[in-house]
Amino acid sequence: MPETISFTLNHKPVRLTVDPDRTLLWVLRTDLGLTGTKYGCGESHCGSCTVLVDQRAMRSCSLTVKDVRDKDVVTIEGLASDGHLHPLQEAFMAHDALQCGFCTPGMILTAFSLLRSNPQPTRDQIIRGMEDNFCRCGAHTRIIDAIQAAAASMKGVR
Amino acid sequence: MNPNLPSALDFEHGADVVTPAAASRRDFLKRVGGGLVIFVALRDWAAAQEVVQEAARPMTVQRSLPTDFNAFLRIGEDGRVTCFTGKIEMGQGPITSLPQMVAEELEVPLESVDIVMGDTDLCPFDMGTWGSLTTRGFGPAMRTAAAEAKAVLLQLGSESLKIPVSQAVAQDGFVVDRLNGGHRISYGQLTKGRTIERHLSVKPALKDAAQFKIAGKPVLRRDARDKVTGKAQYTADLRLPGMLYAKILRPPAHGARLKEVDTAPAKAVAGVQVYQDGDFVAVLHEMPDAAEQALGKVIAEFDAPPATVDDTTIFDHLMRVATAPKIAAQGGDLAQGKSQAVRSFDSSYLNSYVAHSPIETHAALAKIEGGRATVWASTQNPFGAREEIAKAIGFPIENVRVITPFVGGGFGGKAFNLQAVEAARLAKATGRPVQVMWSREEEFFNDTFRPAAVVKISSGIDAAGRMTFWDYEVLYAGDRGAAHFYTIPNHRTAAVGNFNSSAGVHPFGVGAWRAPGNNTNTFARESQIDMMAAAARIDPVEFRLKHLTDPRMIRVVKAAAELFAWTPAVSPSRRGYGVACGNDAGSYVATIAEVAVDTEKGTVHVKRVVCAQEMGVVINPEGAKMQMEGCITMGLGYALTEEVHFKGGAVLDTNYDTYALPRFSWLPKIETVILEANDIPPQGGGEPAIIVMGAVVANAIYDATGARLFQLPMTPDRVRAALKATGSAVA
Repeated sequence: MPETISFTLNHKPVRLTVDPDRTLLWVLRTDLGLTGTKYGCGESHCGSCTVLVDQRAMRSCSLTVKDVRDKDVVTIEGLASDGHLHPLQEAFMAHDALQCGFCTPGMILTAFSLLRSNPQPTRDQIIRGMEDNFCRCGAHTRIIDAIQAAAASMKGVR
Repeated sequence: MNPNLPSALDFEHGADVVTPAAASRRDFLKRVGGGLVIFVALRDWAAAQEVVQEAARPMTVQRSLPTDFNAFLRIGEDGRVTCFTGKIEMGQGPITSLPQMVAEELEVPLESVDIVMGDTDLCPFDMGTWGSLTTRGFGPAMRTAAAEAKAVLLQLGSESLKIPVSQAVAQDGFVVDRLNGGHRISYGQLTKGRTIERHLSVKPALKDAAQFKIAGKPVLRRDARDKVTGKAQYTADLRLPGMLYAKILRPPAHGARLKEVDTAPAKAVAGVQVYQDGDFVAVLHEMPDAAEQALGKVIAEFDAPPATVDDTTIFDHLMRVATAPKIAAQGGDLAQGKSQAVRSFDSSYLNSYVAHSPIETHAALAKIEGGRATVWASTQNPFGAREEIAKAIGFPIENVRVITPFVGGGFGGKAFNLQAVEAARLAKATGRPVQVMWSREEEFFNDTFRPAAVVKISSGIDAAGRMTFWDYEVLYAGDRGAAHFYTIPNHRTAAVGNFNSSAGVHPFGVGAWRAPGNNTNTFARESQIDMMAAAARIDPVEFRLKHLTDPRMIRVVKAAAELFAWTPAVSPSRRGYGVACGNDAGSYVATIAEVAVDTEKGTVHVKRVVCAQEMGVVINPEGAKMQMEGCITMGLGYALTEEVHFKGGAVLDTNYDTYALPRFSWLPKIETVILEANDIPPQGGGEPAIIVMGAVVANAIYDATGARLFQLPMTPDRVRAALKATGSAVA
């Protein structure tokens, strides 16, 4: 049975009347029109569908819409503020840290979550933090470089 | 990338499409508006035809390039330049490198160049995006169109400025009076109000690389901003009013036939439509997750043929069904070579089926209106998709338009377009736009895998450590990269079959996988070479150099050794260093790797990879290096873990829990160098650096442990087995 579910999405309140057990990924991509969040595997292996829930990276393919009731959800479309790209977005561009770009939203949001809990990670810590995000094109080296550069430019400030 | 994509705000585009493709120049001109339009005929270009023939190989029907109406470039009234290409952007970077070429030859700022890619109504016919052919095959046509456009503009400009054409120069989108810099007119002003159609009759001179100001310089990706903000649209991101999402019933195994099906429980779900035509059963709904759930309610029974082969018996099967080989190269006298050898080596090299596994699964969105189909598809082959769709839905080809949004990775796997056919059939059946996006399980099931293959080599060396004979036969990988390039007086290279599917050989579809054939061939050849170097007690770099005469190959081997700071030693030196070299897509590559082997667990950690590549003139050096890094990283997968498990036509891998892609923690320290070769035209860059990855890791494992691996991937079990066979588990 449909329920009304409220949460914050990209800094704005939303109210949806929806089957509460629907997968968050598909609700974002269809009902809410936010297609930056990608389907890659549907089983939490690849990280393409990563979103921020209360600032932490979560796999939207394995969340239902009721899981985010009253929470704060940010997708890749909500990361830039006032037209200014987030330092991670700038760094991914500057370091060519992408090829086909399909995994990129998930990479950036996972890195956001990583830097939030560890603002100045070592290279090894970045590798551990990103381990469960897949990139088939092989942009890994540049992704690590971009995250390091973003961490440096943020100087520990989110 | 392509302005012709529907979005939430622009549903109508595509509805007003005029006459199709091959139709006429007049229609094309009407569609793109006024301005200077340049057509290029490739007819005179033997070299271009040659690469086109190579490009055609993955297609079922070979075709040559049409000799008219080929490459386009348009200079609009606003001075903006639009180039049109049938190539697509899947991460490999032509969205940046093709405009670089145009800007360079046309003398305009890079920012003023737009590109339309993979639209069969707007773009010149193209064979498909594969074979590392965009830069070397299509690039010359695009550069020539730009050079010709510049010549025409100089003519028009000198007339307008009332100066002799020899006094006019092209600069930053202006024709300028050489003697008075302030006396100038912009390209936009020159084309204003006129439609000027020009045909290329003579091949204009292209710039030398030494003159490059825009091409040949590192440029950041033009699609980066859209890709980091989530704006970039891939096929499954497109929405049309009234569209349905379809999920399709798949058999449990290839070759299985539908025996009985009950779709009533699915039909009972509100909003669900079911379509059935023989074995093709689809469930459609306005929400993709609802369609998927409803598909789960379909009760189906299949008759599967008995499984006669699996991932362990496949190699025996391939040897059993092998037909007579075709000779690809030979010379000297094998019997004589054998008699001269003091040591001979007979080996069989195996490699398993490998998935393409782009992170974006196959997707398509089809709309049919007024007898015309428009299909947006994630494809490497829009023109091929158009043919497949037209045939499936019984439309004339000119009534089908394929548009290619950003593609989320292809690697050869998106050369075939079953998903686009499925979407088109369902759009025709339902009368509504239909989107199909395969699940990861469907992507594994329907993939056209890199084929399992066997390479048999018999070779020998004399007392001085010189190779005396080489007898090489490759089964079912194809002969790309099979011919050796060493000095061996008596030799034969033969191939059975190709990397394409042939009846009775493979239990499912196979096809081109990044540098098709060459990964298998280079693994076998470079392993065998290494084995002989070790037996001759000669350093493996030195052994190769001793048998090389091609200066380009010598150069990359030496460059890799220098960058690595290689010091000669006979293998196994226990250092864990391996070397391998090869050529692909016209480029030369040599790679040296350092590995650490855990002899207890059998795991291999690749610590460092140094790669030297020579690829002729480089258009976007940064893009080329990204391709090399991507090749190295992706190559670790087929070297170490990637292998499709199956039983008969049933594909047992359904997701990434059993099929392991390379991860961040695998990353070696990667160092790449591109050797300058401005006297050689641009060569391929998307594939060469991946071909050596199996061999370089195998050779490094041998150097570390003395154990020789003959099968890809080199899983911990296989490494342990090889160590045991060698009896040399070294700490």
